[in-house]
Amino acid sequence: MAVKLRTPLNEKEVLKLKAGDLVYLSGVIYTARDLAHRKILEEGAPFDLRGAVIYHCGPIVQKESGRYRIVSAGPTTSARMNRHLEKILSMGIKGIIGKGGMNPEPFKEHRAVYFAFTGGAGSLAAKSVKRVLDVYWLEELGIPEAVWVLEVEDFPLIVGIDAFGNSLYSNPR
Amino acid sequence: MEGAIFEAIKLAVTKIPDDVVESLQEAYKKEDNPVAKFNLENILKAVEIGKREQIPVCQDTGTVTFFVEAGIESPYLREIKEAIASALEKATKEIPLRPNSLDVVTNKNVGNLPIIHWELVNGDKIRVAILPKGGGSENCSALAMLTPAEGFEGVKRAVINRVKECGGKPCPPVIIGIGIGGSSNTALKLAKKALLRPVGERHKDKRVAKFEEELLEEINSLGIGPMGIGGRTTALDVKVEIAYRHPASFPAGIVFQCWAHRRAFLEISSNGDVRIWQ
Repeated sequence: MAVKLRTPLNEKEVLKLKAGDLVYLSGVIYTARDLAHRKILEEGAPFDLRGAVIYHCGPIVQKESGRYRIVSAGPTTSARMNRHLEKILSMGIKGIIGKGGMNPEPFKEHRAVYFAFTGGAGSLAAKSVKRVLDVYWLEELGIPEAVWVLEVEDFPLIVGIDAFGNSLYSNPR
Repeated sequence: MEGAIFEAIKLAVTKIPDDVVESLQEAYKKEDNPVAKFNLENILKAVEIGKREQIPVCQDTGTVTFFVEAGIESPYLREIKEAIASALEKATKEIPLRPNSLDVVTNKNVGNLPIIHWELVNGDKIRVAILPKGGGSENCSALAMLTPAEGFEGVKRAVINRVKECGGKPCPPVIIGIGIGGSSNTALKLAKKALLRPVGERHKDKRVAKFEEELLEEINSLGIGPMGIGGRTTALDVKVEIAYRHPASFPAGIVFQCWAHRRAFLEISSNGDVRIWQ
């Protein structure tokens, strides 16, 4: 099944998705990886987490005449963020985009979904990013670890883990 | 020289070598699982965009690793180290690459610092192999300090276990480099250097070649598939390099490379002529 979705996500939409579905996601997503997760958990998020979708991604970004442009932006290995998963989902996040899969249990418990994009396909993923809306913690964390606020359009994703805990991955750890 | 190294880095990160692309196309043809096809189709599109638009195929342009064979009679020995560092700095700004060097203590991102492996060789040429190595695949590296009794069977078991443990994390379909023999560090270094050989090429020793083939077949029977979501192709190739071992030891270094196998070579002649290839 192919579905078009727009952020922020609500529970009703999320519960309709099944592992293996193709989703075209539009709206705003937030990049966050290792250090950003730690900061969000320690200091709180600089954006509204309710219904939000975060993207496990450390993009290549170029500044051109005062504006940021995403050059290449594929997913990073999500399993590294497994240790923060329970807490981050309990804060209201409804979707996580990444690669390689995660522990499915917390997705079931918090009624959230894991979307997979193809690792390494950064040049292709960048085509779905329309613009950079903002960036948080750039100075402190550097380009790959900062939280980039991205507007995406029809980002093609596979539901890797659905809100019932069904997972396409045999080894999520 | 800096300009030539810059060009080689750019070639490596924007153009996936033909032998790798051919094996990815082959994998796409073999696949009938729709999710595996989705991933392989995205991979082939990303390869095409990188080449056409001269942008990095993968956003993780990796730890840029250089293997330098420095001819002891080359007139450029004094300059090569500095040229690599400055070419990498320029590449980071202009291609651009992702700044990937973090201070371990402070987490401060300082840009890109090269990792250089040096080897002195006879002659007047300098040969440089460039291997930008992404974090996802590098995190799957392993060292198995086996006993001689475990031997090649032990290596096979260690590799299969590691492939299963890592699942989708190293961005399969992967290329696996294995270094057998030497000491702990040389086994790992050989494993990484093994990745520089073209996909599809077998080891010149027939027994090692057979081991490569058997291992590849066994890995692809696991069903992990592209991105770990199931499918026929988990590895594009397995490369083994060997060295003499201590009587008590049978070390095996295992290094994974993601499908986005970035690689380039350059050779600097004594008259300053440069040749770049993949």
